[in-house]
Amino acid sequence: MNVAELGDLSTTLVWGAATAYTVALIAYTLDLARLTERAGSAARAARQAVAVGGAVTAAGGAVAGGRGSARAGATATLAPVRPAADRSSKARGIARSTTILGLLLQVAAVVLRGIAAGRTPWANMYEFALVGTMVAVAVLLLVLRKRDLPFLGVAVTGLTVLALAVALLVFYVQADGVQPALDSYWLVIHVGVAITAAGVFTVAFAASVLQLLRSSRERGSAALSRPVWRWLDTVPGPGELEALSFRLNAVGFVLWTFTVIAGAIWAEHAWGRYWGWDPKEVWSFVIWVVYAAYLHARTTRGWAGRRAAWFVLVGYSCVIANFTLVNLFFAGKHTYSGL
Amino acid sequence: MSSYRPEGIDDSFANDGAEPTLPHLGARGTVRWVWRQLTSMRVALMLLMLLAVAAVPGSVFPQRPVDPAKVAEYLVDHPGSGAWLDRVGAFDVYASAWFSAIYLMLFLSLIGCILPRTRAHLAAVRSRPPRVPRRFDRFGTSAGFTTTTTTAHAVAEAAAVALRGRSRWLPRFRVDVREEPTTAGPSTWAVSAERGYVRETGNLVFHLALLGLIVAVGTGQFLHYRGQAIVVQGRGFANAVVDYDTFESGTGFDPSSLVPFSLTLDEFTARFDPETLAARYFRADVTVRSPDGSERAESIRVNHPLDAGGAKIYLQGNGYAPDVTVRDAAGEVAFAGPVPFVASDDVYTSRGVIKVPDVSAGDQIGMVGFLLPTALETAPGLWRSVNPQPNAPLLVLSVWTGDLGLDDGIPQNVYRLDETGLTQTVDAAGAPVTLYVRPGETVDLPDGLGSITFDDLPRFVALDLRHDPSLGFVLAFALAALAGLATSLFTPRRRVWVRAVPATGARTVVTTAALARGDDLGLQGELDRLLAALDAAGVVAADAGPDDVADDESPTTPTDDVLEDDRHEGDRHEGDQQDDGDQQDDAVTAGDAVTAPEANR
Repeated sequence: MNVAELGDLSTTLVWGAATAYTVALIAYTLDLARLTERAGSAARAARQAVAVGGAVTAAGGAVAGGRGSARAGATATLAPVRPAADRSSKARGIARSTTILGLLLQVAAVVLRGIAAGRTPWANMYEFALVGTMVAVAVLLLVLRKRDLPFLGVAVTGLTVLALAVALLVFYVQADGVQPALDSYWLVIHVGVAITAAGVFTVAFAASVLQLLRSSRERGSAALSRPVWRWLDTVPGPGELEALSFRLNAVGFVLWTFTVIAGAIWAEHAWGRYWGWDPKEVWSFVIWVVYAAYLHARTTRGWAGRRAAWFVLVGYSCVIANFTLVNLFFAGKHTYSGL
Repeated sequence: MSSYRPEGIDDSFANDGAEPTLPHLGARGTVRWVWRQLTSMRVALMLLMLLAVAAVPGSVFPQRPVDPAKVAEYLVDHPGSGAWLDRVGAFDVYASAWFSAIYLMLFLSLIGCILPRTRAHLAAVRSRPPRVPRRFDRFGTSAGFTTTTTTAHAVAEAAAVALRGRSRWLPRFRVDVREEPTTAGPSTWAVSAERGYVRETGNLVFHLALLGLIVAVGTGQFLHYRGQAIVVQGRGFANAVVDYDTFESGTGFDPSSLVPFSLTLDEFTARFDPETLAARYFRADVTVRSPDGSERAESIRVNHPLDAGGAKIYLQGNGYAPDVTVRDAAGEVAFAGPVPFVASDDVYTSRGVIKVPDVSAGDQIGMVGFLLPTALETAPGLWRSVNPQPNAPLLVLSVWTGDLGLDDGIPQNVYRLDETGLTQTVDAAGAPVTLYVRPGETVDLPDGLGSITFDDLPRFVALDLRHDPSLGFVLAFALAALAGLATSLFTPRRRVWVRAVPATGARTVVTTAALARGDDLGLQGELDRLLAALDAAGVVAADAGPDDVADDESPTTPTDDVLEDDRHEGDRHEGDQQDDGDQQDDAVTAGDAVTAPEANR
């Protein structure tokens, strides 16, 4: 099998992965719908049982005579709609297995692409999107291992399918060597870490969106009170989502800091200056500052919670802008799209 | 709006519509107030957002330090808005007054925040860990058991050993064992342990490293120099200010500090992809001659700069420099030598100008045109290059005569012909004359002006020489910032408390609790590890759950509250809080730090 055939096989595998993710997207959506349905009936049941429940709690407290059990009773009546995390569902199983299948296909596609091009497979926009979504899906699978968050599955597989489609239809270039400036081990380090950071930011972004939606519904937003949004009752509380988003963003921010430093070292080697306000450098700086502002906002009175979550949305928009706008429309030294 | 007052509302503070009087601050008070505002978290946050927004125009508009030609082009294309944008510094954003003001204020705010925090942190590291709270049941993470034989003191000591860990120099927890005397009988023993001081240390290191970084970058700007030279194959240049085509340096640079080495370009190798013709490999083989006369052969590649004379030499560009000889009407050699032509595309269609000012008689001659490394006639009279390698080179030139304008004293672009004092030569039909010259050929110039000979086609390289003594410091500070950042974000800060209360029948009731800053998944594991360690130490007698814990507390246990405790320490939550003068802020964030008990209340 020659090199060109390997490249074609890689592309076919990417189409296969995109298909698998599409199935996963549908399955996650069905799972989410099922969960919402159950939450709805659980809520109705809880409303009917509220008087009885109160009596039972009081009785339970009296019998046990301990504070611990009284607290448990109170918790049970406060959060009746939150289903058990270990529930099993057919849709969920399908979603999980197709996501894993898609990831395996994508890993194979990336490896073949690397062999076909004879170098690290992340040197142009197509490959960046390919590897970035691979990281996002891997992070998704890690997060979902312990949490029951079908929405996160919908969001990440949705973004991944979209990104892969755009990559295949718009950004695609033949597997090939690189220009001399990219021929460096820093390509592996700098771009590899940048892609990983982008993947982590993607999942954190989804968590923050979810946090904002959920907290808006809790605050009685008219638009989000409609029955269509009932599935929001099934996701973890805004506090828990905020914590998840923060943990991911903290990892992403450290990776991004490393990306910028590694980029500066490489620029010093290749272009003779470590920082020159190239459009890509400007936007990397902007991203860094926005996420730094997010970390500060989290600890500022009046800015923690919802406002801080908006920073994540702004920061992720900058990540996307840095990848699309800067590569395609701004002239600079980082013009590696190959388009 | 001053006179409106809703009916029925008696506002005792509204004294006849008079303006409320603010307390008089005085000059010192005002300065203090401004400083407090500047160093407050909210202002720092605002400055960060401003910085992000202010950086964006630099990627939208062309920037003078990056590409002055593009700026000039923009100014020509946008005569109205261009001048206005230029006035507000849109073409040199990162040196503009407003951008500098934002980041200087930010760093001032940073200093005002970091210094008090460093002091507070040093004090916290030296002081004892916070006292043990009176009640543990408010904490989400707590456990307990009852021993049968071990005394309270022994339990406390065992817990202290387990929490300190094995390493003596780097204890896992800072541990404080206190005796809490009771009115009657043996004392209660309490262990207070705290870990994660490096979280704040890392945070401070990160911010201090950012300060160091900007100082290092500034120092580099002050001391650096950078020169660009175009070197044709077989020729060289000496490391002296006058030998560079362009040279710029910081105000602190001393020209006599240049090491007078010289460099000769022996060979240049370029490889291209045979199908896509994209560049794949460039290598410049050079000979470097040191001031002491010793010579060494070196090569410069993209991504592999050459170290010479304390500076680095980068390969930034390459192209062809056709070697031509021009004879004037009298047959005298008026010009001879290689002329660099600048490549404008992947197939090295190169544009250049041959200026011949020193003719023995008559008008000066200027020739402008293209070099095509592999020329192909695609249509009659239409030539283009199809390969970047010199397989069939062709010079295509038009000829101008008149005054080249070189004697005006105004610096000229060597790659441009100033056509104001020149006229283009035309043939009998009035069409402009175009010369086609191949290597080895001699072609007569029109109107008996002379002739041009295309002798050879050497390559040239554009070398960039740069020296910045601050590089090592910049890197060190950047890495320190990264390390500090990772430490401050990933180190959990936890407190663990153990209280051993003597009970009847030589038994000891042991309760433990743990508290984390913010969200901490590993907190329960921390407590479980402690219990396991106590178990391994033989302290725990029975496998008992938290329900065995006695509810009543010893009446003499300290009465201080966790909240109070936090504020007392002067501790800033998450290490980032900096609202120094605002007591309320501290109280609120301290409350945030103990969300666990609050949630359970």
